[in-house]
Amino acid sequence: MLKRVHFPSSPLPYLLVAPQIIITLVFFMWPASQALYQSLLVEDAFGLSTEFVWFENFTYLASDSHYLDAFWRTAIFSFLVAFMSMSVALILAGFADRVIKGATVYRTLLIWPYAVAPVLAGALWVFMFNPTLGIFPYLLDMIGVNWNHYLNGTQAMGLVIAAAAWKQVAYNFLFYLAAMQSIPRGVIEAAAIDGAGPVKRFTTIIIPLVSPTTFFLLVINLVYAFFETFGIIHVVTQGGPAASTTILVYKVFNDGFVGLDLGGSAAQSVVLMVIVIVMTMVQFKYVEKKVEY
Amino acid sequence: MAEIKLDNLIKAYGKVEVLHHIEGDIHDGEFIVIVGPSGCGKSTLLRMVAGLETITSGTISIGGKVVNKLEPADRDIAMVFQNYALYPHMTVYENMAYGLKIRKIPKDEIKRRVEEAADILEIREYLDRRPRQLSGGQRQRVAMGRAIVREPSVFLFDEPLSNLDAKLRVQMRLEIRKLQKRLGVTSIYVTHDQVEAMTLGDRLMVLNGGYVEQFGTPIELYQKPASLFVAGFIGSPSMNFMDADISNGVATLANGAKLKLSSKFNGPATLGIRPEHLVADDKGAIKVTVDMLEQLGANTLVHGILDGTQTSFVVSLDGIQVAETGSNQTFYAEKDSFHLFDKETGKRIVE
Amino acid sequence: MIENRPILTVFTHIIMILGVALIALPIWITFVAASHDEIRMLQAPIPMLPGSHFVENFKQALFGAGLSGDQTPVWRMLLNSLAMALMISFGKISISLISAFAIVYFKFPFRMGFFWMIFITLMLPVEVRILPTFEVVANLGMLNSYWGLSIPLIASATATFMFRQVFLTIPDEMLESARIDGAGPMRFFWDILLPLSRTNIAALFVILFIFGWNQYLWPLLITTDTDMTTIVMSIKQMLESAEQSPQWNIIMMTALLAMLPPILVVVGMQKLFVQGLTETDK
Repeated sequence: MLKRVHFPSSPLPYLLVAPQIIITLVFFMWPASQALYQSLLVEDAFGLSTEFVWFENFTYLASDSHYLDAFWRTAIFSFLVAFMSMSVALILAGFADRVIKGATVYRTLLIWPYAVAPVLAGALWVFMFNPTLGIFPYLLDMIGVNWNHYLNGTQAMGLVIAAAAWKQVAYNFLFYLAAMQSIPRGVIEAAAIDGAGPVKRFTTIIIPLVSPTTFFLLVINLVYAFFETFGIIHVVTQGGPAASTTILVYKVFNDGFVGLDLGGSAAQSVVLMVIVIVMTMVQFKYVEKKVEY
Repeated sequence: MAEIKLDNLIKAYGKVEVLHHIEGDIHDGEFIVIVGPSGCGKSTLLRMVAGLETITSGTISIGGKVVNKLEPADRDIAMVFQNYALYPHMTVYENMAYGLKIRKIPKDEIKRRVEEAADILEIREYLDRRPRQLSGGQRQRVAMGRAIVREPSVFLFDEPLSNLDAKLRVQMRLEIRKLQKRLGVTSIYVTHDQVEAMTLGDRLMVLNGGYVEQFGTPIELYQKPASLFVAGFIGSPSMNFMDADISNGVATLANGAKLKLSSKFNGPATLGIRPEHLVADDKGAIKVTVDMLEQLGANTLVHGILDGTQTSFVVSLDGIQVAETGSNQTFYAEKDSFHLFDKETGKRIVE
Repeated sequence: MIENRPILTVFTHIIMILGVALIALPIWITFVAASHDEIRMLQAPIPMLPGSHFVENFKQALFGAGLSGDQTPVWRMLLNSLAMALMISFGKISISLISAFAIVYFKFPFRMGFFWMIFITLMLPVEVRILPTFEVVANLGMLNSYWGLSIPLIASATATFMFRQVFLTIPDEMLESARIDGAGPMRFFWDILLPLSRTNIAALFVILFIFGWNQYLWPLLITTDTDMTTIVMSIKQMLESAEQSPQWNIIMMTALLAMLPPILVVVGMQKLFVQGLTETDK
C-alpha cells in the first residue's frame, strides 16, 4: 500500500491529488448526490414547484410495469450478450491456442472490433440488416424469413444482441487466449498421455482451468451490456419497436432527456448506481481471490 | 573525512522499541562492521545514519555536526544498497553522474570524477551500458562507483555482497577492504555474515535484539566475547557451552567431570570452549560420544554429545582424523582457553 | 500442439478463418459499401466485392459538406474527435500519475480518504448520473467546448490504481538512492518514476485513446453546436438523414473514417494494447 520511506511532509501531495479530487467532487460526487436528492422529489409538469416525496419515486418504479419489463429485458439482453460473445471467444481462443504458425496473424485479425465504437458497431449491423438493402434480409428472404427489425420486436432484440456481442468478442478472445497460453504445457501433455483427445482435453482440462477468467469476463461483459451498449440501442432501434429493446440505461436517458421526468429518471439512476456498486464489489472480490492463485 | 558519534540512540515504531540506547564512537577513517542475526536492527541503525529512518531519540553526529534533522542528501554520505538500486533506465555513466548533476557540479568535473572512479573499479568499458546488461559483480562495482564519485565523508554499505555467489563475494570483500584503505573514508558496513564481518572490520559492533552486545576489534571479540551471544556468534563452528559448578579453580560438569580453570570465580556458571581449542587426549576430562564426523581436509569436525548429558559438542581437530560413530573420545583443553559466563545474564564473568 | 495430424491442423485453420471472416464481415461490408457509387448502393442485393469509387467517396466524405448542407465537414469532426480523445487520454494519464505518486510516496493526513474518493468514481459511470452532471457542466458554461467534452471524463480510478501498482513494484531503494543523490520529490518523479513507467504509460494511452475516441453519450449530451460534433456522433445523424436521402456510400465511408484511427492504434500497437488491457482491467 505504501512505501517504507516517504518524502518529508509538505503541502505537495495535496497539490498532486487536487486535480483528480476536484474533478471527482465536481463531476462525480456532487452529481451523484444530486441524483440521490432528486430521486426523492417530484416536479410538476411545468417545473414550477417541487415536492419532497420520500421514496415515492421508487415505489412507483417498483409498480411500473414499463420499468419492470425494462428491468427483465435488460437482464435477458445482458446475459445473452455475455453468453454469445464469451462462447464464440472461448471456441476461437481454443483453436487459436492450437495454432503454432500464424497465431499472431489471427489475433491481429480478430481484435479490431474492440476499437469500433458501440454506436458504429450498431451502424454496421443495422446496415447489414437493412430490410430493403441489407445482405442478410436478402439471404433470409430466400429461405422464407421476412426480416424487418423496425416492426418485429424479437428481431430488433436479436439484432442489438448480435451487434453488442460482436463488438465484445475481441476483448473476450484476448483474455481467453492469454489464460490458455498460461496453462503449463505439462498439464496438457499429461492429459494427452492419459488418453484424452483434443476435444476431451478442451472440455475437461482447459475449460475448468480458465474458469477464473470466465468468471471475470462474465462480470465485465455484464457491466458492458448494462452500460456501454447505449450507443448500439440508440442507433439501431431507439429502444423500439414499442419499447422492445429499451434497456435500463436507455430508459434513464429517454425519461430524463426526452421525457423530462426528473424525479423518475433520478430514481432510475439510483437503481443503476446500486447495480454498478454490486458488480464492482463482486469484481473486486474476484481480484482478491485471484491473488491467492 | 569525519568521525561519527552515536549517542543514546533509540528507534521505536509506535510503542515497539527496536533499538535501545545505542552508543558508539567511530573514528575518522575507520571501517566499522555492524553484524548480527536478521531482525536485530542493524539495517535500521545504518538507515538512521543515512537519514532514511527517523531518529526516535538520541543524536547522530557526523564530523562533529548533529545530523538528526538533515536530509540524506545533506549528510555528506554515500550508500551502497543490497540490491544496488541502480537506475535501470540510465547508463552506468548516468547512474554515477546523477547525484553530481543534481548538485550542479560542472560537467567536466563530473566527467573527471566518473572516469577516475571507473578506472579504480575497472568498469571503464561499461560506462555506456545499462545495468541490465551487466553481471552481478559489475553492477556491484557500479553501485560502489556511484558512492565513490560523490567523494563523501562517510560510506554506508547495506549487505552489499549478499546477492553475489560465494566466490565473487570473497573477491569483492577484499576489494572493498583495499578500496576503503586507499580512500581512507570512514565506513559503516552492515552484514549478517560473521566471516565477512571479521575480515572487513577494524572494529565490529555486534547487535542482538536491538542491543549492542559488544563493540570491539575482531580479535577482542574472538578472545574475550562479552556475552554468550557474541561467543556463539563469532567463530565457526560455534563455541561449545556447558553448565558447570566452579569452586577453587575447578569446574565440575553435569556429568561429574572436573576441569581446571585459571579463574578465581566461585559458583554456578556457563562454561565455554571453542572447538579449535580442544585436542584429543586419552587423559582428557571432556568425554564425548561421537555422532558424526565432517571431513574438511585441513581439519576434521567431530560432532557428538557430552557424555552423560544432552549437551551437543563440537571439536575441531587438525588434519584427517578417524573415529567410530558411537565411540567415546576424550579431549583436553588448556585452562586459559575456557570462557566463563554468568548463568543468569549471559554476560562474561571478569574478575 | 500435441497431435501431429495434418487433418487436425487444417481443421483448426479452417475454423480460425471462419471465425476471422465472421468477425471481419461487418467491416468488410462497410469497406465494400464505401467503394461503390450512390446508385449501386440503392439496389438490393448490395455488392459483396469492392467497387471503383473509393477515392471519390473518400474525398466527398472528408471534404464535402456531408449529406445535408448544414453539416460540418467530416475532417472537422475528425479533428474534434482527435482533440477529445487526446485530451481525455493525456488528462487521465497526467492526473492519475500525479495522484498515484502522492498516494504511494507521501504520508499525509486524509491520504486514504482521497484514495477511496478516487475509488468511488469507479462506481459512478456517466450513465448513472447523466442529468445532474449535465447540469453541472451547463452551469460552468462548458457546453460546446473541448473542456466540457474532456474534463468531466478524466477522473480515473483504474488508471490511478494501475500507476499505484506500477509504483509499488519499483524497489524502495530507488527512492532512497535518489534521496541520497539529493533528488527532491518532483525531480524524482521526472527523472526516475516517469522513465520507469514509460511502457505502462504507452499501454494505457492506447486503451484511453480508444475510450476517448469512442465516447458517444457524453458528447451527444453536451454538444449542440454542429461545429463541435464528433465523428462517432455524426453516424447517428447520418443514419437518420439516410431515411430521406440514402447515400450509403458516403455514410459507410464516414463510418470507415470513424473506425480507422482507433483500429490503426490497436493493430499498430498490438503489444502495448494487450498489455494495457490486461493491466487496467484488474
